[in-house]
Formats: sequence, C-alpha cells, structure tokens
Amino acid sequence: MSYAVTPAGEGGFCRLMKHRAVQSLGWAAGGIAILAILWLIGGYFIANNPTTKTFVKFGLLPTLEAFPELWGAGKIQNALAASGFRLGSGLLIAIAIGVPIGILMGRIKWFRDFTNSPFQFVRMISPLSWMPLAVLVFATWNGSIIFLIAIAAVWPVMFATAAGLAKVDPNWFKVARNLGAKPLHILTKVIMPAITFDVLSGIRLALGVAWIVLVPAEYLGVTSGLGYAIEDARETLSYNHLTAMVVTIGIVGYFLDSILVALIKRYSWHRGG
Amino acid sequence: MAIRGTEIKIQGLTHRYSSRTGVTFNRVDLVSPPGEALAIIGRSGCGKSTLLHILAGILKPTEGKVLLNGTAITAPSPRWVMMFQAPHLFPWMTVAQNVGVGLSFGRWSKEETEERVTEAIKLVELQDFAAANVQDLSGGQQQRVALARSLVMEPELLLLDEPFSALDAFTRSSLQKDVRNIAKRKGFNIVFVTHDIDEAVIMGDRAVIMAGSPGNIVHELDIDLPDPHDRHDTAVQALRTRLMATFQEAANYKKPESATLAA
Repeated sequence: MSYAVTPAGEGGFCRLMKHRAVQSLGWAAGGIAILAILWLIGGYFIANNPTTKTFVKFGLLPTLEAFPELWGAGKIQNALAASGFRLGSGLLIAIAIGVPIGILMGRIKWFRDFTNSPFQFVRMISPLSWMPLAVLVFATWNGSIIFLIAIAAVWPVMFATAAGLAKVDPNWFKVARNLGAKPLHILTKVIMPAITFDVLSGIRLALGVAWIVLVPAEYLGVTSGLGYAIEDARETLSYNHLTAMVVTIGIVGYFLDSILVALIKRYSWHRGG
Repeated sequence: MAIRGTEIKIQGLTHRYSSRTGVTFNRVDLVSPPGEALAIIGRSGCGKSTLLHILAGILKPTEGKVLLNGTAITAPSPRWVMMFQAPHLFPWMTVAQNVGVGLSFGRWSKEETEERVTEAIKLVELQDFAAANVQDLSGGQQQRVALARSLVMEPELLLLDEPFSALDAFTRSSLQKDVRNIAKRKGFNIVFVTHDIDEAVIMGDRAVIMAGSPGNIVHELDIDLPDPHDRHDTAVQALRTRLMATFQEAANYKKPESATLAA
C-alpha cells in the first residue's frame, strides 16, 4: 500500500486550486475582472469630462444598478422570451433544412457539384439585406425576423454537415451493408453518429451568426425582444438600461455558446483533438 | 450460438469491372462442402479479392452465379459475412456496441442481443474490454472485435480478405489459430484470400490457387491434416513445401517469364 505524501501547508484548498476546472474558472474570472476594471475607468473619465458627462449612465456602476430595476419590471425576462422564441425558431428551421441538404451534398457528388455555386452565391448575400424582401413576403414581423435568422444560420449548418460527411470513412458504409444495414440504418447508426460533432460545430457557428442578426432585425417594427429593448432605451435616453441589455445579450450568448461547446465535447469521438 | 455450415457452389463465374477493362477472371467453377475452410491464394491481380467480394454479395458477377445451399447470392446478407483487411470499427462505439452493431440492423430483442454479444466477445477473449472504446485497443484487439462482429451474426459463411496481413507476426499467428478453432467448433464455412502460404496451411482444409490473366483456378491442394495445424509440425511444414511448389508451378505455367515466388 502506498500513501500520497502531501507537503506541509498543501491542504485541501491548495489541491482545489490545482484542479483544472478551478484554474479555468479562475482565468475566466480574471479576464472578466479586467474588462470590468477598464469599463469602470472609462466610466470615471466620462463622468469627469464636461463634454461627455451626459453619458455617465453608460458606466459600470449605473449599469449594474439598472439590472434589478429591469428584472423587477420583467423587462429582461420578456425581452429574452421574445428573442429566444425567434432565435430558437430560426435555428430550428436552419437545422431542419441545413442538415438534410448537407448530408445530400456530402453523400452525392452530382448534387454537391450542382448546388455548390448557387449556395455559395446566396450565402455571400448579407442576411440583413433580405430584410426589405422579408417584410414584403411575411405577414408578421416575427415571421420576417425568423426568416432572417434562418437564412443567416442555415449555411454554417449545411456546409459543416457536408464537410463532416466528406470525412466519413466509406469503409464504414461497406461494413454496415455487409452486416445487413438498410439505408435508414446507415443514416441513423453510421452517418449521424459520425457527423454529430461536425453538425454541432456548424450549429455553434450558426448560433453566433443568428445572435448577431437577431438584434438589428429586432430594431424593425417589433415591440418586444432584446433589439427592441435596446432601441427603446436609446430613444428614452435610458443609457444604463441600454448597456444592461447589451450586457444581457453578451451573458446569454456566452451561456448558449457554452452549452454547445459542452455538447460538442460530449459527442466528439475524435481522439487527441 | 449455433452456427451451421453451408455448401458453396460457384458456377461459371466471370467478372469484368467495365466494358473498357479486361476480364478479371473467366468461368470459375468451384464447390466447397459444408464446414470447409477454403484458402484462395494467388498473385496480386489474379482476381481472388474480386471473387471474395462477389461471394459476399458486395459485387455482382458479369456472368455465372454463386449458390449457398441452393440460394443465389445477389446482395450482402448476415448469412454470409465478410471480414476485411482492416477492422473498420465504428470509433464512437465501445467494443460491445461494435460487436452488436449488425444485430441492431435486425429485429433482435435487447436480451438476445446482449446474450449473443457477450458470447461473441468471450469467443475472441475480449471480456475485459467490452466497455472500452475501440480506439483504446491495439491493432490485434481491434481485429478480434471485427471477428466478433462477424461471428455474432452466426453466419453460415465467413469470408476473410487478408484479414491479418497488417498485424504483427505473433498476433497474426494467434488469430489464425483462433479463427480456425472457432470455425471448426461452430461448423461454419470460411473462405479466405491470402498471399501467405503459411496462413493457407494453418487455417485451411483446402487451398485453391488462382493464376493467369484473366484469372482462374489452376490447382488445388487438400490440406488433410489433424487439428491443430501447428506451424512447427513436420507434416504442416511438408504440406507448406508442397503448396509452395504447387504455387510456383501454377505461376510458371501461366507466366513462365515472371515465375519467382514471393514467399
């Protein structure tokens, strides 16, 4: 039997600090703290400069004070619910269209050759430039915004799926067929598990793009959502509300991205990467 | 796990990959009785791997047919399973999941699947690794998983396309013995393609030699030896020498100018 020797003074706290997750958390907290300090210093200069004094509420402390006020009034929750619905709907449509088309592109060469140029062409059109067309085509503002999110998010999902499938070892299909697999088995037991990592990576990129498109899209017409809340705060000169909403967007975006990173780690079967 | 053998009848089998390419092999006829371990040996390009792919139903012949107990092979089936040169395991799965993947394509209950997977893993002596990811195994262990994945289907015919050629000598030797032992115990047929004369003698009951272009079966030799076929046994060594001579003769007969044997 062997006993681990603990150096004098190296107790439970020291061991905890050496834990990888604790160290990562420490680095993240340090980075956020530096950002907060810079913001605090910026706010101090704004407050002490007569020409910028009007914008003092952009500072860190007024922003932090705005959070309980906005939360108490239910403004953050309402904005998140409305934006979350649009973001979720747009992303679901992008996944429902992007994954099957991506699979076809990765699996069927003629389909890839046939669709690559038109898809690359449409992909390069800024999603927000579809806005006037979306407003004309869709009966509701919600419909227009969901369309804009979907058209922005579909490309990363589609191309990541196709790229994932192109990397799949064709021998896996041969082995599966040899063991009696039907096309549906090949899809569910071989293709999907093999490319889940790539699809999730595409969804992560799509989420970033969708999140960027969501806010400016909500500046238009609608009376709910994070974009609307920012625009409303700007018009009412409630600058601390505006920055509180911007911070909320950052926090929620970071949280959603972290969920996808965790899912990517969970479904990645690649070793040494 | 009860497996039975089958009679294999190859009748007038001809294959060419396309109208622009030459005939790979021409009018091959062969019969293999139930439970036989048949080695197909020959130089590269004589069509032995193509013949095996047709036996597996992966390729369709240009002419002729293959019958298994009277049933024509026209597509892959769990009744005739091929084991490839590389294991081609699914890297996101554990050993047990890889072994059971073929059963998941059929209508097997969870209990039956578990029972058959456990038995197949036991046959290839990987019980301690059942829950391990296949990426954590050595090359030899991965090939054992591929063997278990084929055996779990309880095929009547197991086809092996140089399955141990990428392995080290010790692992190869051990797997050659194991495959023959399992096949004899279960009674199923094996047909294997090899470049290795030793492998043919250790694993086979009969060796057929393919040669020529287009290829055909030019010789055959019964490996009429008691089990186990130990490579150090004098009878095995004598048969190996005979098979080598027959192989050389076959090569000389078809292409006298390039008749050097790669032993």
